Amino acid sequence: MSNKRFSLVLMMVLVASSAMFAGTVSGKVTYTGTPAHMKPIDMSKEPSCAKQHPTPITSETVVTGANDALDNVVVYISSGAPDDGQIPTQAITYVQKGCQYIPHVLAMHVDQEFAIANDDQTSHNIHPHPTVNIEWNLSQQAGSPPIKKQYDKPEFIPVQCNIHPWMHGWFAVLKTSHYDVSKDGGDFKLPNLPPGKYTITAWHESYGTQTADVTISGNETKEVNFSFKAKPY
Amino acid sequence: MTSLKPMRSIGVTFFAAMLGLLFVAGFVTPASAQDEPAVGPKPPVPFRNTESHVGDITGHSADGKLPYRRYCAGCHGDYGDANGENAVWLDPKPRDFTIATFKCRSTLTGTLPTDQDLFNTIGRGLTNSNMPIWNTFSKQERADLVAYIKIFSPRWEKEKAGVPITVPAEPPVTLESISHGQALFAKLECWKCHGLHGEGDGPSASTLTDSKDNPIRPFNFAAAGNDSRFKCGSTNQDIYKIFMTGVDGTPMPSFADVIQPNDAWDLVHFLRTLQVHRKSRENDILMAAHGVIPPYVEKKTGSLAPAASANEKVPGGGQ
Repeated sequence: MSNKRFSLVLMMVLVASSAMFAGTVSGKVTYTGTPAHMKPIDMSKEPSCAKQHPTPITSETVVTGANDALDNVVVYISSGAPDDGQIPTQAITYVQKGCQYIPHVLAMHVDQEFAIANDDQTSHNIHPHPTVNIEWNLSQQAGSPPIKKQYDKPEFIPVQCNIHPWMHGWFAVLKTSHYDVSKDGGDFKLPNLPPGKYTITAWHESYGTQTADVTISGNETKEVNFSFKAKPY
Repeated sequence: MTSLKPMRSIGVTFFAAMLGLLFVAGFVTPASAQDEPAVGPKPPVPFRNTESHVGDITGHSADGKLPYRRYCAGCHGDYGDANGENAVWLDPKPRDFTIATFKCRSTLTGTLPTDQDLFNTIGRGLTNSNMPIWNTFSKQERADLVAYIKIFSPRWEKEKAGVPITVPAEPPVTLESISHGQALFAKLECWKCHGLHGEGDGPSASTLTDSKDNPIRPFNFAAAGNDSRFKCGSTNQDIYKIFMTGVDGTPMPSFADVIQPNDAWDLVHFLRTLQVHRKSRENDILMAAHGVIPPYVEKKTGSLAPAASANEKVPGGGQ
Protein backbone atom coordinates (compact mmCIF):
# COMPACT_ATOMS: atom_id res chain seq x y z
CA MET A 1 0.00 0.00 0.00
CA SER A 2 2.61 2.45 1.08
CA ASN A 3 4.79 0.92 -1.62
CA LYS A 4 2.12 1.68 -4.20
CA ARG A 5 1.83 5.22 -2.96
CA PHE A 6 5.59 5.53 -3.02
CA SER A 7 5.79 4.32 -6.61
CA LEU A 8 2.98 6.72 -7.52
CA VAL A 9 4.95 9.57 -6.02
CA LEU A 10 8.04 8.33 -7.81
CA MET A 11 6.16 8.29 -11.12
CA MET A 12 4.90 11.78 -10.53
CA VAL A 13 8.41 12.92 -9.72
CA LEU A 14 9.68 11.21 -12.87
CA VAL A 15 7.00 12.85 -15.00
CA ALA A 16 7.78 16.20 -13.45
CA SER A 17 11.49 15.76 -13.92
CA SER A 18 11.17 14.59 -17.52
CA ALA A 19 9.28 17.79 -18.18
CA MET A 20 12.41 19.61 -17.00
CA PHE A 21 14.63 17.69 -19.46
CA ALA A 22 16.48 15.81 -16.77
CA GLY A 23 18.26 12.61 -17.53
CA THR A 24 18.31 9.34 -15.69
CA VAL A 25 20.99 6.76 -15.26
CA SER A 26 19.74 3.32 -14.50
CA GLY A 27 21.19 -0.12 -14.69
CA LYS A 28 22.01 -3.34 -13.00
CA VAL A 29 24.86 -4.55 -10.82
CA THR A 30 26.04 -8.09 -11.39
CA TYR A 31 28.96 -10.26 -10.41
CA THR A 32 31.17 -12.77 -12.19
CA GLY A 33 32.73 -15.82 -10.61
CA THR A 34 31.64 -17.62 -7.48
CA PRO A 35 30.86 -15.55 -4.39
CA ALA A 36 31.89 -16.78 -0.99
CA HIS A 37 29.39 -19.01 0.76
CA MET A 38 27.40 -16.93 3.23
CA LYS A 39 27.22 -18.89 6.45
CA PRO A 40 23.94 -19.23 8.30
CA ILE A 41 23.87 -17.23 11.54
CA ASP A 42 23.42 -19.07 14.81
CA MET A 43 21.21 -16.85 16.97
CA SER A 44 20.59 -19.41 19.67
CA LYS A 45 22.22 -17.09 22.21
CA GLU A 46 19.41 -14.60 21.55
CA PRO A 47 16.18 -16.64 21.57
CA SER A 48 13.91 -13.62 21.01
CA CYS A 49 15.65 -13.01 17.70
CA ALA A 50 16.16 -16.65 16.74
CA LYS A 51 12.43 -17.34 16.73
CA GLN A 52 11.84 -14.52 14.25
CA HIS A 53 13.79 -16.51 11.69
CA PRO A 54 12.23 -19.97 11.26
CA THR A 55 14.92 -20.68 8.70
CA PRO A 56 18.26 -19.24 9.83
CA ILE A 57 19.35 -16.16 7.90
CA THR A 58 22.82 -15.84 6.47
CA SER A 59 25.27 -13.00 6.82
CA GLU A 60 24.66 -10.20 4.32
CA THR A 61 28.18 -9.37 3.20
CA VAL A 62 27.23 -10.56 -0.29
CA VAL A 63 23.55 -10.57 -1.26
CA THR A 64 22.86 -11.95 -4.71
CA GLY A 65 19.76 -12.39 -6.84
CA ALA A 66 18.72 -14.25 -9.96
CA ASN A 67 20.90 -13.80 -13.08
CA ASP A 68 24.04 -13.01 -11.06
CA ALA A 69 22.52 -9.83 -9.65
CA LEU A 70 24.37 -8.13 -6.80
CA ASP A 71 22.43 -6.19 -4.18
CA ASN A 72 23.56 -3.69 -1.53
CA VAL A 73 25.87 -1.86 -3.91
CA VAL A 74 25.95 1.90 -3.35
CA VAL A 75 25.84 3.69 -6.72
CA TYR A 76 26.44 7.44 -6.62
CA ILE A 77 27.69 10.39 -8.63
CA SER A 78 31.25 10.90 -7.49
CA SER A 79 32.17 13.75 -9.80
CA GLY A 80 30.59 15.95 -12.43
CA ALA A 81 27.63 17.08 -10.37
CA PRO A 82 28.72 19.64 -7.81
CA ASP A 83 27.04 18.96 -4.51
CA ASP A 84 24.13 21.36 -4.35
CA GLY A 85 24.16 21.06 -0.57
CA GLN A 86 20.53 20.06 -0.59
CA ILE A 87 20.04 17.52 2.14
CA PRO A 88 17.26 15.08 1.29
CA THR A 89 14.31 15.75 3.53
CA GLN A 90 12.77 12.31 3.69
CA ALA A 91 13.23 10.55 6.98
CA ILE A 92 15.57 7.59 6.90
CA THR A 93 15.63 4.90 9.52
CA TYR A 94 18.06 2.16 10.36
CA VAL A 95 16.07 -0.56 12.08
CA GLN A 96 17.36 -3.33 14.29
CA LYS A 97 14.89 -6.15 13.84
CA GLY A 98 15.42 -9.83 14.41
CA CYS A 99 19.02 -9.00 15.34
CA GLN A 100 19.62 -7.74 11.82
CA TYR A 101 20.17 -4.28 10.38
CA ILE A 102 17.45 -3.22 7.97
CA PRO A 103 18.60 -1.98 5.51
CA HIS A 104 22.01 -3.60 5.54
CA VAL A 105 23.48 -0.52 3.85
CA LEU A 106 21.96 2.85 4.67
CA ALA A 107 22.96 5.57 2.22
CA MET A 108 22.64 9.17 3.33
CA HIS A 109 23.78 12.67 2.57
CA VAL A 110 26.38 14.43 4.68
CA ASP A 111 24.62 16.18 7.58
CA GLN A 112 21.37 14.32 6.93
CA GLU A 113 19.68 13.25 10.12
CA PHE A 114 18.84 9.57 10.40
CA ALA A 115 17.09 7.58 13.08
CA ILE A 116 18.17 4.31 14.62
CA ALA A 117 15.28 2.23 15.93
CA ASN A 118 15.19 -0.94 17.97
CA ASP A 119 12.22 -3.17 17.10
CA ASP A 120 13.62 -6.11 19.06
CA GLN A 121 12.79 -7.33 22.54
CA THR A 122 16.44 -7.30 23.43
CA SER A 123 18.87 -4.42 23.87
CA HIS A 124 21.47 -3.56 21.27
CA ASN A 125 24.47 -1.31 21.19
CA ILE A 126 25.02 0.71 18.04
CA HIS A 127 28.73 1.00 17.45
CA PRO A 128 29.75 2.52 14.11
CA HIS A 129 33.50 2.51 13.42
CA PRO A 130 34.27 5.69 11.48
CA THR A 131 37.83 6.83 10.87
CA VAL A 132 37.27 10.39 9.65
CA ASN A 133 33.99 11.04 11.45
CA ILE A 134 33.61 10.88 15.21
CA GLU A 135 33.18 7.55 16.93
CA TRP A 136 30.41 6.98 19.47
CA ASN A 137 28.82 3.89 20.99
CA LEU A 138 25.30 3.90 22.40
CA SER A 139 23.15 1.38 24.17
CA GLN A 140 19.53 1.09 23.06
CA GLN A 141 17.02 -0.86 25.10
CA ALA A 142 13.92 -2.62 23.84
CA GLY A 143 11.12 -0.10 23.48
CA SER A 144 13.29 2.99 23.86
CA PRO A 145 12.82 5.88 21.41
CA PRO A 146 14.87 6.12 18.20
CA ILE A 147 18.36 7.63 18.39
CA LYS A 148 18.86 10.54 16.00
CA LYS A 149 22.33 11.09 14.57
CA GLN A 150 24.16 12.57 11.58
CA TYR A 151 27.66 12.56 10.11
CA ASP A 152 29.44 15.63 8.79
CA LYS A 153 32.06 14.02 6.52
CA PRO A 154 31.66 11.57 3.62
CA GLU A 155 32.71 8.05 4.59
CA PHE A 156 31.70 4.40 4.38
CA ILE A 157 31.26 3.45 8.01
CA PRO A 158 30.97 -0.15 9.23
CA VAL A 159 28.36 -0.60 11.96
CA GLN A 160 28.48 -3.30 14.58
CA CYS A 161 26.55 -4.51 17.60
CA ASN A 162 29.02 -5.81 20.16
CA ILE A 163 26.35 -7.71 22.08
CA HIS A 164 25.32 -9.66 18.97
CA PRO A 165 28.58 -10.09 17.07
CA TRP A 166 26.91 -11.35 13.89
CA MET A 167 25.21 -7.98 13.35
CA HIS A 168 27.07 -5.99 10.71
CA GLY A 169 25.93 -3.14 8.53
CA TRP A 170 27.11 0.02 6.82
CA PHE A 171 26.41 3.72 6.74
CA ALA A 172 27.28 5.22 3.34
CA VAL A 173 27.69 8.96 3.99
CA LEU A 174 27.89 10.72 0.63
CA LYS A 175 28.53 14.26 -0.49
CA THR A 176 25.93 14.10 -3.23
CA SER A 177 22.18 13.80 -3.32
CA HIS A 178 22.33 11.47 -6.37
CA TYR A 179 22.70 7.98 -4.97
CA ASP A 180 20.95 4.64 -4.84
CA VAL A 181 21.57 1.23 -3.33
CA SER A 182 21.07 -1.70 -5.69
CA LYS A 183 18.21 -3.91 -4.65
CA ASP A 184 15.60 -6.38 -5.93
CA GLY A 185 17.94 -7.99 -8.41
CA GLY A 186 20.75 -5.47 -8.57
CA ASP A 187 18.68 -2.61 -9.98
CA PHE A 188 19.55 1.00 -9.35
CA LYS A 189 18.35 4.33 -10.69
CA LEU A 190 19.74 7.85 -10.46
CA PRO A 191 17.02 10.23 -11.67
CA ASN A 192 16.90 14.01 -12.08
CA LEU A 193 20.34 14.50 -13.59
CA PRO A 194 20.80 17.76 -15.47
CA PRO A 195 22.81 17.52 -18.72
CA GLY A 196 26.51 17.05 -18.16
CA LYS A 197 29.38 14.61 -17.86
CA TYR A 198 29.38 12.44 -14.77
CA THR A 199 31.50 9.85 -13.07
CA ILE A 200 29.43 7.20 -11.39
CA THR A 201 30.96 5.09 -8.66
CA ALA A 202 29.66 1.76 -7.46
CA TRP A 203 30.84 0.56 -4.05
CA HIS A 204 30.48 -2.89 -2.56
CA GLU A 205 31.60 -3.64 0.98
CA SER A 206 33.57 -6.72 -0.03
CA TYR A 207 34.34 -6.26 -3.74
CA GLY A 208 35.55 -2.66 -3.70
CA THR A 209 34.67 0.15 -6.09
CA GLN A 210 34.18 0.60 -9.83
CA THR A 211 33.59 3.73 -11.83
CA ALA A 212 31.95 4.55 -15.14
CA ASP A 213 31.72 7.78 -17.10
CA VAL A 214 28.43 8.84 -18.61
CA THR A 215 27.25 11.91 -20.49
CA ILE A 216 23.69 13.10 -20.18
CA SER A 217 22.53 15.40 -22.93
CA GLY A 218 18.96 16.24 -22.15
CA ASN A 219 15.92 14.15 -21.49
CA GLU A 220 17.19 10.62 -21.79
CA THR A 221 17.78 7.47 -19.84
CA LYS A 222 21.27 6.05 -20.06
CA GLU A 223 21.96 2.51 -19.07
CA VAL A 224 25.10 1.83 -17.07
CA ASN A 225 25.87 -1.61 -15.77
CA PHE A 226 28.50 -2.66 -13.28
CA SER A 227 30.02 -6.09 -12.97
CA PHE A 228 32.08 -7.03 -9.92
CA LYS A 229 34.50 -9.91 -9.75
CA ALA A 230 33.39 -12.10 -6.88
CA LYS A 231 35.88 -13.09 -4.21
CA PRO A 232 35.73 -16.80 -3.52
CA TYR A 233 36.29 -16.15 0.23
CA MET B 1 113.78 8.23 -8.76
CA THR B 2 112.82 8.35 -12.44
CA SER B 3 111.81 4.73 -12.46
CA LEU B 4 109.30 5.40 -9.77
CA LYS B 5 107.39 7.97 -11.76
CA PRO B 6 105.56 5.64 -14.19
CA MET B 7 104.91 3.29 -11.30
CA ARG B 8 103.27 6.03 -9.41
CA SER B 9 101.25 7.20 -12.37
CA ILE B 10 100.01 3.64 -12.96
CA GLY B 11 99.09 3.42 -9.32
CA VAL B 12 97.25 6.70 -9.46
CA THR B 13 95.38 5.74 -12.63
CA PHE B 14 94.43 2.37 -11.14
CA PHE B 15 93.27 3.99 -7.96
CA ALA B 16 91.23 6.55 -9.87
CA ALA B 17 89.66 3.80 -12.01
CA MET B 18 88.74 1.77 -8.93
CA LEU B 19 87.30 4.83 -7.32
CA GLY B 20 85.27 5.52 -10.44
CA LEU B 21 83.99 1.94 -10.53
CA LEU B 22 83.12 2.11 -6.88
CA PHE B 23 81.34 5.35 -7.46
CA VAL B 24 79.36 3.95 -10.36
CA ALA B 25 78.58 0.67 -8.63
CA GLY B 26 78.08 1.86 -5.13
CA PHE B 27 76.60 5.30 -5.37
CA VAL B 28 75.33 6.29 -8.76
CA THR B 29 73.25 3.27 -9.66
CA PRO B 30 71.18 2.91 -6.50
CA ALA B 31 70.83 6.63 -6.09
CA SER B 32 69.35 7.00 -9.56
CA ALA B 33 67.06 4.00 -9.03
CA GLN B 34 65.73 5.52 -5.83
CA ASP B 35 63.79 8.48 -7.07
CA GLU B 36 61.56 8.65 -4.01
CA PRO B 37 63.02 7.10 -0.90
CA ALA B 38 60.43 4.86 0.74
CA VAL B 39 62.31 4.76 4.00
CA GLY B 40 63.58 7.49 6.22
CA PRO B 41 62.23 9.71 8.89
CA LYS B 42 58.61 10.82 8.67
CA PRO B 43 58.04 14.55 8.58
CA PRO B 44 57.60 15.79 12.13
CA VAL B 45 54.13 16.56 13.43
CA PRO B 46 53.71 20.31 13.02
CA PHE B 47 54.03 21.81 16.44
CA ARG B 48 51.23 23.98 17.74
CA ASN B 49 51.00 25.97 20.89
CA THR B 50 48.14 24.48 22.86
CA GLU B 51 47.09 24.91 26.43
CA SER B 52 45.37 22.86 29.07
CA HIS B 53 43.58 24.14 32.12
CA VAL B 54 43.39 21.95 35.18
CA GLY B 55 42.19 23.79 38.23
CA ASP B 56 44.44 26.84 38.49
CA ILE B 57 47.26 25.18 36.56
CA THR B 58 47.82 26.04 32.90
CA GLY B 59 49.74 23.50 30.86
CA HIS B 60 51.70 24.43 27.72
CA SER B 61 52.46 22.09 24.84
CA ALA B 62 55.93 23.62 24.45
CA ASP B 63 56.80 22.38 27.93
CA GLY B 64 55.15 19.00 27.38
CA LYS B 65 57.25 18.07 24.37
CA LEU B 66 60.35 17.00 26.26
CA PRO B 67 58.65 14.77 28.86
CA TYR B 68 56.44 13.31 26.11
CA ARG B 69 59.44 12.28 24.04
CA ARG B 70 61.23 10.99 27.10
CA TYR B 71 58.43 9.06 28.81
CA CYS B 72 55.45 8.61 26.47
CA ALA B 73 56.80 8.20 22.92
CA GLY B 74 58.11 4.70 23.62
CA CYS B 75 54.54 3.37 23.45
CA HIS B 76 52.38 6.18 22.08
CA GLY B 77 54.91 7.00 19.34
CA ASP B 78 56.71 10.16 18.27
CA TYR B 79 53.69 10.99 16.16
CA GLY B 80 51.10 10.10 18.77
CA ASP B 81 49.80 7.36 16.51
CA ALA B 82 50.22 4.50 19.01
CA ASN B 83 53.12 3.10 16.99
CA GLY B 84 55.90 3.51 19.52
CA GLU B 85 58.60 0.85 19.45
CA ASN B 86 57.03 -0.98 22.41
CA ALA B 87 53.51 -0.91 21.03
CA VAL B 88 53.70 -4.29 19.28
CA TRP B 89 54.29 -6.02 22.60
CA LEU B 90 51.39 -4.40 24.42
CA ASP B 91 47.85 -5.61 25.00
CA PRO B 92 45.65 -3.58 25.21
CA LYS B 93 47.29 -1.25 22.71
CA PRO B 94 48.34 2.29 23.66
CA ARG B 95 45.95 5.13 22.92
CA ASP B 96 46.16 6.63 19.42
CA PHE B 97 46.15 10.38 19.96
CA THR B 98 45.64 11.08 16.26
CA ILE B 99 41.99 9.97 16.44
CA ALA B 100 41.38 11.61 19.83
CA THR B 101 39.14 8.82 21.13
CA PHE B 102 39.55 8.43 24.88
CA LYS B 103 38.33 5.80 27.30
CA CYS B 104 38.02 7.71 30.55
CA ARG B 105 35.78 10.71 30.19
CA SER B 106 33.28 12.61 32.27
CA THR B 107 31.70 13.73 28.96
CA LEU B 108 29.22 12.00 26.68
CA THR B 109 30.24 9.40 24.11
CA GLY B 110 31.70 10.89 20.90
CA THR B 111 32.86 14.08 22.61
CA LEU B 112 36.34 15.13 23.64
CA PRO B 113 37.26 14.63 27.29
CA THR B 114 37.97 17.55 29.57
CA ASP B 115 41.56 18.48 30.44
CA GLN B 116 40.83 17.29 33.97
CA ASP B 117 39.84 13.83 32.61
CA LEU B 118 43.14 13.44 30.75
CA PHE B 119 45.09 14.83 33.70
CA ASN B 120 43.44 12.27 35.98
CA THR B 121 44.16 9.41 33.56
CA ILE B 122 47.89 10.22 33.48
CA GLY B 123 48.06 10.32 37.27
CA ARG B 124 45.91 7.24 37.77
CA GLY B 125 47.33 4.97 35.11
CA LEU B 126 45.18 2.30 33.54
CA THR B 127 44.66 -0.94 35.42
CA ASN B 128 45.09 -4.13 33.40
CA SER B 129 47.21 -2.32 30.83
CA ASN B 130 50.81 -1.19 30.53
CA MET B 131 49.99 2.44 31.29
CA PRO B 132 51.69 3.08 34.64
CA ILE B 133 50.67 5.43 37.40
CA TRP B 134 52.56 8.59 36.48
CA ASN B 135 52.44 10.16 39.91
CA THR B 136 56.16 10.87 39.58
CA PHE B 137 55.22 13.85 37.42
CA SER B 138 54.41 17.12 39.06
CA LYS B 139 50.94 18.49 38.46
CA GLN B 140 52.44 21.09 36.15
CA GLU B 141 54.18 18.40 34.08
CA ARG B 142 50.96 16.42 33.78
CA ALA B 143 49.09 19.51 32.62
CA ASP B 144 51.86 20.20 30.07
CA LEU B 145 51.53 16.65 28.73
CA VAL B 146 47.75 17.06 28.40
CA ALA B 147 48.41 20.18 26.33
CA TYR B 148 51.05 18.42 24.22
CA ILE B 149 48.97 15.41 23.15
CA LYS B 150 46.45 17.81 21.65
CA ILE B 151 48.81 18.64 18.79
CA PHE B 152 48.31 15.18 17.31
CA SER B 153 44.64 15.52 16.34
CA PRO B 154 42.94 18.36 14.48
CA ARG B 155 39.80 17.65 16.52
CA TRP B 156 41.25 19.72 19.35
CA GLU B 157 41.37 22.75 17.06
CA LYS B 158 37.81 22.43 15.81
CA GLU B 159 35.91 21.12 18.81
CA LYS B 160 35.52 22.04 22.40
CA ALA B 161 35.62 19.40 25.11
CA GLY B 162 32.25 17.91 26.01
CA VAL B 163 30.26 19.07 28.99
CA PRO B 164 30.78 16.79 31.99
CA ILE B 165 27.65 14.85 32.91
CA THR B 166 26.01 15.81 36.16
CA VAL B 167 26.35 13.17 38.83
CA PRO B 168 23.64 13.63 41.46
CA ALA B 169 24.36 13.10 45.13
CA GLU B 170 24.65 9.44 46.02
CA PRO B 171 21.67 8.02 47.92
CA PRO B 172 22.42 5.73 50.87
CA VAL B 173 23.30 2.13 50.14
CA THR B 174 20.46 -0.19 51.07
CA LEU B 175 19.62 -3.80 50.40
CA GLU B 176 16.81 -2.47 48.26
CA SER B 177 19.09 -0.38 46.07
CA ILE B 178 21.38 -3.37 45.57
CA SER B 179 18.38 -5.47 44.64
CA HIS B 180 17.17 -2.88 42.14
CA GLY B 181 20.69 -2.64 40.72
CA GLN B 182 20.69 -6.38 40.17
CA ALA B 183 17.40 -6.13 38.28
CA LEU B 184 18.95 -3.40 36.11
CA PHE B 185 22.04 -5.52 35.49
CA ALA B 186 19.73 -8.18 34.05
CA LYS B 187 17.41 -5.79 32.23
CA LEU B 188 20.16 -3.73 30.59
CA GLU B 189 21.87 -6.97 29.60
CA CYS B 190 25.20 -6.03 31.14
CA TRP B 191 25.63 -9.77 31.68
CA LYS B 192 25.77 -10.46 27.94
CA CYS B 193 29.42 -9.41 28.10
CA HIS B 194 30.30 -9.12 31.80
CA GLY B 195 28.73 -12.45 32.77
CA LEU B 196 26.02 -13.31 35.28
CA HIS B 197 28.44 -12.86 38.18
CA GLY B 198 30.46 -10.05 36.63
CA GLU B 199 33.39 -12.32 35.90
CA GLY B 200 33.77 -11.07 32.33
CA ASP B 201 32.53 -14.36 30.89
CA GLY B 202 29.18 -13.49 29.31
CA PRO B 203 28.00 -15.15 26.10
CA SER B 204 29.36 -12.34 23.89
CA ALA B 205 32.63 -11.90 25.81
CA SER B 206 34.79 -14.03 23.56
CA THR B 207 33.77 -12.14 20.42
CA LEU B 208 34.64 -8.63 21.55
CA THR B 209 37.09 -6.44 19.68
CA ASP B 210 38.05 -2.81 20.13
CA SER B 211 37.71 -0.19 17.41
CA LYS B 212 41.03 -1.22 15.88
CA ASP B 213 39.88 -4.83 15.68
CA ASN B 214 42.10 -6.07 18.50
CA PRO B 215 40.51 -8.62 20.83
CA ILE B 216 39.47 -7.08 24.13
CA ARG B 217 38.11 -8.48 27.39
CA PRO B 218 35.12 -7.17 29.31
CA PHE B 219 35.92 -6.04 32.85
CA ASN B 220 36.07 -8.81 35.42
CA PHE B 221 34.47 -7.40 38.57
CA ALA B 222 35.32 -10.48 40.59
CA ALA B 223 39.07 -10.25 39.99
CA ALA B 224 41.28 -10.19 43.06
CA GLY B 225 43.75 -7.57 44.21
CA ASN B 226 44.72 -4.69 41.98
CA ASP B 227 42.95 -6.23 38.99
CA SER B 228 39.63 -5.39 40.59
CA ARG B 229 40.36 -1.68 40.29
CA PHE B 230 38.27 0.06 37.66
CA LYS B 231 40.16 1.54 34.72
CA CYS B 232 38.71 5.00 35.08
CA GLY B 233 38.80 5.56 38.82
CA SER B 234 37.86 3.70 41.95
CA THR B 235 35.16 5.81 43.60
CA ASN B 236 31.43 5.17 43.23
CA GLN B 237 31.24 8.41 41.26
CA ASP B 238 33.78 7.04 38.79
CA ILE B 239 31.76 3.84 38.27
CA TYR B 240 28.68 5.97 37.65
CA LYS B 241 30.55 7.92 34.96
CA ILE B 242 32.02 4.81 33.30
CA PHE B 243 28.70 3.27 32.29
CA MET B 244 26.90 6.56 31.72
CA THR B 245 29.52 7.92 29.31
CA GLY B 246 30.73 4.62 27.89
CA VAL B 247 34.31 3.62 27.23
CA ASP B 248 34.95 4.99 23.74
CA GLY B 249 37.00 2.86 21.40
CA THR B 250 35.80 -0.32 23.12
CA PRO B 251 32.53 -2.31 22.94
CA MET B 252 31.28 -0.66 26.16
CA PRO B 253 28.44 1.68 25.09
CA SER B 254 27.05 4.76 26.78
CA PHE B 255 23.92 4.22 28.87
CA ALA B 256 23.25 7.91 29.45
CA ASP B 257 20.03 7.89 27.41
CA VAL B 258 18.85 4.66 28.96
CA ILE B 259 19.27 4.87 32.74
CA GLN B 260 17.64 7.41 35.05
CA PRO B 261 20.09 9.04 37.49
CA ASN B 262 18.71 7.36 40.61
CA ASP B 263 18.53 3.99 38.90
CA ALA B 264 22.16 4.46 37.95
CA TRP B 265 23.16 4.76 41.61
CA ASP B 266 21.34 1.50 42.34
CA LEU B 267 23.34 -0.14 39.59
CA VAL B 268 26.57 1.23 41.08
CA HIS B 269 25.65 -0.33 44.43
CA PHE B 270 25.03 -3.69 42.83
CA LEU B 271 28.27 -3.57 40.80
CA ARG B 272 30.19 -3.10 44.06
CA THR B 273 28.79 -6.38 45.37
CA LEU B 274 30.22 -8.14 42.28
CA GLN B 275 33.67 -7.16 43.56
CA VAL B 276 33.68 -10.10 45.93
CA HIS B 277 37.33 -9.63 46.90
CA ARG B 278 37.00 -5.97 47.76
CA LYS B 279 35.75 -4.49 50.99
CA SER B 280 32.98 -1.98 50.53
CA ARG B 281 29.89 -0.59 52.23
CA GLU B 282 27.81 -2.50 49.72
CA ASN B 283 29.47 -5.81 50.53
CA ASP B 284 29.10 -5.13 54.28
CA ILE B 285 25.37 -4.57 53.89
CA LEU B 286 25.04 -7.67 51.74
CA MET B 287 27.01 -9.74 54.24
CA ALA B 288 24.72 -8.52 57.03
CA ALA B 289 21.86 -9.99 55.00
CA HIS B 290 23.75 -13.29 54.73
CA GLY B 291 24.78 -12.56 51.17
CA VAL B 292 21.32 -12.92 49.72
CA ILE B 293 19.98 -10.22 47.43
CA PRO B 294 16.17 -10.17 47.71
CA PRO B 295 14.27 -10.22 44.42
CA TYR B 296 13.41 -6.74 43.22
CA VAL B 297 9.77 -5.69 43.56
CA GLU B 298 8.70 -2.70 41.51
CA LYS B 299 7.39 0.20 43.55
CA LYS B 300 7.30 3.41 41.61
CA THR B 301 5.63 3.71 38.26
CA GLY B 302 7.69 4.37 35.19
CA SER B 303 10.54 2.31 36.50
CA LEU B 304 11.62 -1.04 35.27
CA ALA B 305 9.40 -4.07 35.36
CA PRO B 306 10.33 -6.51 38.09
CA ALA B 307 13.01 -8.34 36.24
CA ALA B 308 14.02 -11.75 37.41
CA SER B 309 17.31 -12.18 39.15
CA ALA B 310 20.42 -12.09 37.05
CA ASN B 311 20.61 -15.86 37.20
CA GLU B 312 17.70 -16.19 34.83
CA LYS B 313 17.98 -15.19 31.24
CA VAL B 314 15.81 -12.26 30.33
CA PRO B 315 12.44 -13.55 29.16
CA GLY B 316 12.17 -13.16 25.43
CA GLY B 317 8.44 -13.68 25.25
CA GLY B 318 5.87 -11.41 23.70
CA GLN B 319 4.11 -8.68 25.57
